[in-house]
Amino acid sequence: MKQYMLSVYHADKGPALEPEVMAKSIRDVDVINAELMAAGAWIFAGGLHNDSTASVVSVKDGAVVTTDGPYAEAKERIGGFWIIQAEDLDAALAWARKATVACLAPIEVRPFQDAPPDA
Amino acid sequence: MPRVSDSEIERVFREEFGRAVAVLVRSFGDIDIAEEAVQEAFTVAVQRWPETGLPPSPAGWIITTARRRAIDRLRGDAARADRYAKAALMQAERNPIDDGPVQDERLRLIFTCCHPALATEVQIALTLRLLGGLSTVEIARAFIVPEATMAQRIVRAKHKIRDAGIPYRLPASTELAGRLSAVLAVVYLIFNEGYVASSGERLDRPDLCVEAIRLGRILTELMPDEPEVLGLLALMLLVHSRRPSRTTASGDLVLLDDQDRSMWDRSLIAEGQAIVRACLRRNQPGPYQIQAAISAVHSDAQRASDTDWGQILQLYDQLFTVNPTPVVALNRAVALAEVRGAAAALDAVDGLDFPEYYLFHAVRADLLSRVGRNEDARAAYDRAVALTSNAVEQTFLTRARNALPA
Repeated sequence: MKQYMLSVYHADKGPALEPEVMAKSIRDVDVINAELMAAGAWIFAGGLHNDSTASVVSVKDGAVVTTDGPYAEAKERIGGFWIIQAEDLDAALAWARKATVACLAPIEVRPFQDAPPDA
Repeated sequence: MPRVSDSEIERVFREEFGRAVAVLVRSFGDIDIAEEAVQEAFTVAVQRWPETGLPPSPAGWIITTARRRAIDRLRGDAARADRYAKAALMQAERNPIDDGPVQDERLRLIFTCCHPALATEVQIALTLRLLGGLSTVEIARAFIVPEATMAQRIVRAKHKIRDAGIPYRLPASTELAGRLSAVLAVVYLIFNEGYVASSGERLDRPDLCVEAIRLGRILTELMPDEPEVLGLLALMLLVHSRRPSRTTASGDLVLLDDQDRSMWDRSLIAEGQAIVRACLRRNQPGPYQIQAAISAVHSDAQRASDTDWGQILQLYDQLFTVNPTPVVALNRAVALAEVRGAAAALDAVDGLDFPEYYLFHAVRADLLSRVGRNEDARAAYDRAVALTSNAVEQTFLTRARNALPA
């Protein structure tokens, strides 16, 4: 088994979703979560607050400093993610296909570096 | 003792490289290990075969030698706590290679090389490298990119296959159609790059066409019941049969109408037409089969004036139904001009939105000149010349432009 991170990318600007569209999206995501758990693929998932709530901690001139705001100003930002385990990329992509339809947003699929210890 | 020449070993390399790599990828679960081991086995073969003669089964010899060498090397690496080496060794122990006839694993490898998670240019490079046995230098030269760029592209792709877990197996039947069309597209792109080089001084690079046809033959061998696989092979054979007459001795382009048809390769035509007939009997048409049928109609005509344009137009109508793209509509318009006249064709072409495609302007220029709108034709030729990077095509279009009446 390999582990993958499925990141949901949301456009920074653009019209807000209609309430009923949003409600359906949330329901669809719940269905995927239930399916992931039933399939034994679920490891973790979560949605994130808007990137205006982000803080960045970094080393500058030898001192650790904290700054307000997201690390990079980008047109798209991560709105949430899943960490799943899957047999191979095809299996992970199959989950991502469901996720992009449910979230109405592009999904980036990336493999984790280390295989889980029981593999 | 039979002597084995270098060209004989070269032939075995070309024919068996992909098969051997595929078997070893299956065994070790790692492309790099498989490729290196097969390379190494051929190095041994080059030293040994001239003395011993060809072994009874060269492919079996290569695979056995490669596997033994790879296992020796992996044991050394595994002793140094190399995680990949250990995993590959374990996989190899779980998947022993039978002593019986070598099972053909190339189909799995093709689907891995043409996986949709890899960019098209990467799919092409991997297919030529692993299945075709072309060296990185050869592939770089064929696509006119620096060798280092191509080497990096291939290395990155192999790492993505390994790290992202792109599987080495046949697609499920539910996704086979989509995955197969990606494989066929890769082979056809290789052929087309050979047919009209996207840049450079020469019109074509026939070695790429020959390689694409070889890959097409492998696919028909592996998937004899897929009509589109047959259709693609027939299409490539028929188009390639006209290669000797497509350019003059000095390298200038000759249009289909003006070609010396006695120069066409009759055996390629016969083979292509036989496949087209077999496809017609199956009656499961698809884009490649229809294009092959169109090409077969051209091959039937002894002289350009004998061409059955009515049938070609019907086939283009059918092609447009299954594949409604502007390129098909443009080609259909060329047939339409022969059946219903240049004015009707011009109407059809003007309805297309295709500002960046040089052939759109080239076809339009020809139609405009045929209805006597020479000023407009000149402008369209200028546009076409500006949009192609192939020197031979530029010369041809410029000449056509300058031949227009004032």
